[in-house]
Amino acid sequence: MLGYALRRIAGIVPVLLILLTVSFFVIRLAPGGPFAAGRALPARTRAQLERLYGLNRPLLVQYAHYLRALAHGNLGPSYSMRDETVAGLIASGLPVSAALGLAALALAVLTGVPLGARAALRRDGPLDRSLAAFAALTLALPSFVTGPLLALVFGLWLRWLPVAGWQPDTPRDLILPAVTLALPLSASIARLMRASLLEVLGASYIRAARARGLGRARVLWRHALPPALVPVVSYLGPAATYLVTGSLVVETVFELPGTGRYLVQGALDRDYTLVMGMVLVYGTLTLLANLAADLLHAWLDPRVRHEPL
Amino acid sequence: MVLAAALIAVLALLALIGPATSPYSYSTLDWAHLSIPPGLTAEHWLGTDALGRDLYVRTVYGLRLSLIIGVLATAVSVLIGVAWGMLAGWVGGRLDAWMMRVVDVLYALPYLFIVLILAALFGRGNLVVLLLAIGAVGWLTLARVVRAQTLSLKRREFIEAARAAGLSGPQVLWRHVLPNLAGSIAVYATLMVPQMIVYESFLSFLGLGVEPPQASLGSLINAGARQMLTAPWLLLVPASVLIVLLLSFNILGDGLRDVLDATRR
Amino acid sequence: MQPDGERGAEQHERLLGIEELRVRFPGAGRAAVDGVSLAVRRGECLGVVGESGAGKSLTFLAALGLLPKGAEVSGRVRLGPQEVLGLTERALDRIRGRRVGVIFQDPMSSLTPHLTIGAQLAEPIARHIGLGRRAARARAQGLLERVQLPEAARSMRQYPHELSGGMRQRAMIAIALACEPELLIADEPTTALDVTLQAQILALLAQFKREQRMGLILITHDFGAVAGLADRLVVMRAGQVIESGPVAAVLRHPGEPYTRELLRAAGEPPAEQPPRAACAVAAAPVLSVEGLEVRFRYAAGLLRRRSLPALEAVTVSLGAGESLGVVGESGCGKTTLTRAALRLIRAERGQVLWLGQNPARLSARRIRGLRRDLQLIFQDPLGSLDPHLSVEQLVSEPLEIHQSGLGPAQRRERVHAMLARVGLEPALYARRVHELSGGQCQRVGIARAMILAPRLLVCDEPLSALDVRAQRQIRLLLTELSAEQRVSLLFVSHDLALVRHLCERALVLYLGRMVELGPTDELFARPLHPYTRELIEAIALPDPDLQPARLAKVRLGEARRLEQPGGCAFRLRCAHATAVCAERIPPWVSAGEGRWVACHHFGDWADGMLSP
Repeated sequence: MLGYALRRIAGIVPVLLILLTVSFFVIRLAPGGPFAAGRALPARTRAQLERLYGLNRPLLVQYAHYLRALAHGNLGPSYSMRDETVAGLIASGLPVSAALGLAALALAVLTGVPLGARAALRRDGPLDRSLAAFAALTLALPSFVTGPLLALVFGLWLRWLPVAGWQPDTPRDLILPAVTLALPLSASIARLMRASLLEVLGASYIRAARARGLGRARVLWRHALPPALVPVVSYLGPAATYLVTGSLVVETVFELPGTGRYLVQGALDRDYTLVMGMVLVYGTLTLLANLAADLLHAWLDPRVRHEPL
Repeated sequence: MVLAAALIAVLALLALIGPATSPYSYSTLDWAHLSIPPGLTAEHWLGTDALGRDLYVRTVYGLRLSLIIGVLATAVSVLIGVAWGMLAGWVGGRLDAWMMRVVDVLYALPYLFIVLILAALFGRGNLVVLLLAIGAVGWLTLARVVRAQTLSLKRREFIEAARAAGLSGPQVLWRHVLPNLAGSIAVYATLMVPQMIVYESFLSFLGLGVEPPQASLGSLINAGARQMLTAPWLLLVPASVLIVLLLSFNILGDGLRDVLDATRR
Repeated sequence: MQPDGERGAEQHERLLGIEELRVRFPGAGRAAVDGVSLAVRRGECLGVVGESGAGKSLTFLAALGLLPKGAEVSGRVRLGPQEVLGLTERALDRIRGRRVGVIFQDPMSSLTPHLTIGAQLAEPIARHIGLGRRAARARAQGLLERVQLPEAARSMRQYPHELSGGMRQRAMIAIALACEPELLIADEPTTALDVTLQAQILALLAQFKREQRMGLILITHDFGAVAGLADRLVVMRAGQVIESGPVAAVLRHPGEPYTRELLRAAGEPPAEQPPRAACAVAAAPVLSVEGLEVRFRYAAGLLRRRSLPALEAVTVSLGAGESLGVVGESGCGKTTLTRAALRLIRAERGQVLWLGQNPARLSARRIRGLRRDLQLIFQDPLGSLDPHLSVEQLVSEPLEIHQSGLGPAQRRERVHAMLARVGLEPALYARRVHELSGGQCQRVGIARAMILAPRLLVCDEPLSALDVRAQRQIRLLLTELSAEQRVSLLFVSHDLALVRHLCERALVLYLGRMVELGPTDELFARPLHPYTRELIEAIALPDPDLQPARLAKVRLGEARRLEQPGGCAFRLRCAHATAVCAERIPPWVSAGEGRWVACHHFGDWADGMLSP
């Protein structure tokens, strides 16, 4: 198991490197530059700035410089926001984004798994039916629709929760964004959980376990749940991807000072270092989430462990 | 499911002829009627926005754009996905391992995020780039599904039977593999259309899709969300159209999948 | 020891009594179990026989409350004096696993995949007997030893997927017996297993029944299993018991025509078969295989690839109009041989000749043309037919490929004639295969193969997926057709009795190597290789006089896989193995009158051998 984990972790590094390399060159292929014309800068200032940041040197040299700095943990200065470093921007934004993502993930798992399991155990019962309708609806609702709608209903009409904004240490500000982000995730998890538990409950080994007189609770918890959780765990990878993209929207809708806005704005401003920093952060996050999903899967299912990579 | 199909047909028809049923165009400014709410008897029965543009026309127009992009992007995805998946699954071996490794790596990346960067860098307002960017990420799932099914088909005895009967490789693919894949491809394509629509709306919502005065459902929702305090209809109308559209496609796709599963048994 | 004293003894107390049991599923027209009454006494084995869908398993699942929700169950089920039907789940849990053990058909899917064998075995012990963890595990290991699982201590820590099929079934038996139940229900316990393993499992059950004096219910479609183990017999059809009585009486003098039909299908004596026309073997052989070696590759790590031999040094040839049977247990390379002979998989070494020509030297186009004369019938009739084509399209396809000169009308005529010949009604021609029964599908497969009038027909276990009666019909059809068209037959099967009926010669494979080849009758009368003898002894004869004694002779131990290659592959299972068997691979030598064998000692022991 440990060997498997180590092998998988080692597999991340080259993927990340490829991602960074491709991003590095693609960004620079785009028309315009951080200090390009149309940004109301005198030509001389621009040339000075470009020399300052080494942007006038050959691409490969720039690339080598970037990698060397990265190896020392230096993500470089931001081109569009003077006086800020990319690392500083990430350090200020990431806690907000991470709090949002983790809260949404926790909410989705803690509601989705029990709801789905319950629906499977009481198949075609009232909960099962309403879950199906709820899932169909929330899955059809992109977060940029639910977000404003929730804000409209709970923020403006009912006045229960803040419409938008963020003050440090006020978890109330996080409720609506986290719910918005968690809704479709929770629905997906509930659906997955329901389907997989139904499948497991229909398996021969569950009937065989019941034939041994082990009791309902034990058959459910020990024999049925672990394999039923496998699809849910595998879903953590795609879920992380969803959370990353979804948080961009939710942070925009609710005006949260997370890192999401840096990505779009950075790309529009051709703020090379900032975009690279974002690629690094979000790329690492999703790769780690996928890895965690695979490791959990191997832990739940002994058959995976024994397979060669 | 029939209802969903009917709804899609109605919405498609609306998108097709809708703009022609109104005297206004999507960019006509009506200074006499700024930000008026919906009313059945009014000149603008779904209301107008802050610039006096007719919301009905703009929504129908946005719907048209969303549908076109959704369908075309799906077509791009299906083409790449089926070709990639079938090739990998059929040839197998090292090529398969390599091709699927590529898919795995791309899959583990936040793909929408890449589209976002691409769109921000190259495609702001450029529909062709937008389409390619969206279509280029959607094929991953389909490639996996098609590969897995091709692999399992390849192991099925009737494929071996076809080869034993003297069919050549391409003959087997054309006569026995593709027809048996068709059902799942149809299901996934149906489920992919709403996804593509969401991607487009998402980009438009972030201001990276279509440029004003053009409208897609995403950009309308974005604009509506900013004014929901004063003019909630600007959010509610395009949002409900989008919801109905997505829901219909999802229900249709799920329904098709159930039918397909039933015939498999 | 012959358990004669227990057979048919009336004085034993009744253990389980089922009266007028009915099971109906919502939406189904007919009751799945329709008024079944039967009883089992302590120390007695009741055989329950019938085709699939007869309601055999459902009867006992219903009695234990194991049916899915929504099934309507009525009647009476008594375990000792206690009424079981209508008990709460809790009360049932005190019976299931404690007083009644169940062995299910497929040991792979009936063991929980993510729990070790030890954990699954200790679980009911801890629950029902109340032993602590360590005591339960100690007892569990003892049980594994009793079911003759090799390396019981290691198996305790293993997961089901790490065990072989026979080992899994032993583990299942151990779990069912963990709490020394009064009654053991074995639901098709040997169906998924090889012939030799079947015999071992049945012998093991016989031993436990004897030692623990428990009641045993053996649900099966195999009259041979019943003959060896059961005291009384119940025959079921369409949810009803149609015949019952002491096993000897029913097997010898079946009262119902249906029972007679089943029995005839199960153990037809060879004399009833229309004898195959013996043909003079002249001209070039239809198929010949020389020194064939096939290896299976698998990944043994990130970059390392290993390969295992699936077939080694196989040389055999088949003349025009001749029939050759290939037998051996699963994994012996039977199927691989058919695929390699037809060049559907790549061989590492050796050559194949089709009608005297070497396809390796021909163009792809010529090879496809030659395939017309070499047709294949598959084990799984449903899986080998494309689900999106109709019956007519399926049979028409070979003609479209190989006789493209035919007009649509001519083609149609030929297809319809062929379909009529294999006994399919015109009403079925437009159907898809999933709308057909297994037997009908196999008829389509045969029509597809025979429509081109091939010279060679390769049959890969064409009957094993079918019900007993369909087996007999398809077997007769194959015999007739192959005699009519004078086609050569390469017939692969794990069923020796079948090969004995159908084939003039038989080839025995063990772990990819040839161990014996000879005329079928002589091979059966006087096997030269100990493995052939083991196979023959494992055949379950539906004869209540002979079978129990034959079962009692079966060795119970599970053979371990060869870990060190070299020498005779069979030596670990062989009672006659000596030092030389570990050192040298036995040569393939002639043993007179068309007989060949690969055994160092065949001359020593075969002389003193008894006929089975």
